[in-house]
Amino acid sequence: MKTLIALVAGLLFGIGLALSGMASPDRVIGFLDLTGGAWDPRLALVMGAGLLVAAPFFWLADRRGTALCGDALTSPASAGVDRRLLGGAAIFGIGWGLVGVCPGPALIDLFAQPLQAAPFVAALIAGLLLSRKD
Amino acid sequence: MLDLLPADYLPPLIGGALIGLAAGLLRFGTGQIAGISGVLRIAMRGPERGWRFAFLAGLLIAGAGAAWRSGPQLAAGLERVPLPMLLVGGLLVGLGTGIGNGCTSGHGICGLARLSKRSMAAVAVFMLAAFVTVWLRRMGGVL
Repeated sequence: MKTLIALVAGLLFGIGLALSGMASPDRVIGFLDLTGGAWDPRLALVMGAGLLVAAPFFWLADRRGTALCGDALTSPASAGVDRRLLGGAAIFGIGWGLVGVCPGPALIDLFAQPLQAAPFVAALIAGLLLSRKD
Repeated sequence: MLDLLPADYLPPLIGGALIGLAAGLLRFGTGQIAGISGVLRIAMRGPERGWRFAFLAGLLIAGAGAAWRSGPQLAAGLERVPLPMLLVGGLLVGLGTGIGNGCTSGHGICGLARLSKRSMAAVAVFMLAAFVTVWLRRMGGVL
């Protein structure tokens, strides 16, 4: 059941990303470019709608205590706000601003523009693997 | 200039809602976090790869379907990015999300949805870094 839920979630996530327009670097940079004279607020709509829909599920999961499949709820790092978190976020933000592609859209773009997306994804995976010793 | 007519804002709203639904479904159903960078990293080298492969397969199938419908336009703008920039940008995105433990989905959607202080801080920093990077490129025209 866990695998099936994950497959459906991945499908919905991908359809949502494609529909949202965020697979396009032009759209992302249009939001990040505050001084260009034609600011495009739509990325904020994507984030806002995503948060509004996701939040009740997260709240319900917490209330229930365990996941539907019986597993415990994973709790991501509890390190608090530390230098690793902030430094990593800054490095990510610079890369995101340079190309206008973050990890989800990068995978979606593998099919729309394979020759451009493949080197980006290869470098992304290399970065992910280099980022940790484990 | 963008007109905020339904034709312009409905797809982002519906798309965003689907992303939120996907993240919520994964959390409620399996207890896991739908953060693409984390799922991808652990799928490469880590425990419990089964559901991660399934999630990524769903994402890729959706991507293939969308590309079949929309063509290269789906990734409009990517065609103008030179190869060195693709490599440097990809490496920074991979390193940064690995070190910072999350990206736009993991911190931006899931983390904020569970009101994580870490994620609020991470989102503030990566948004600011991205705004400044785009601004510097516009000012300098070189980066």
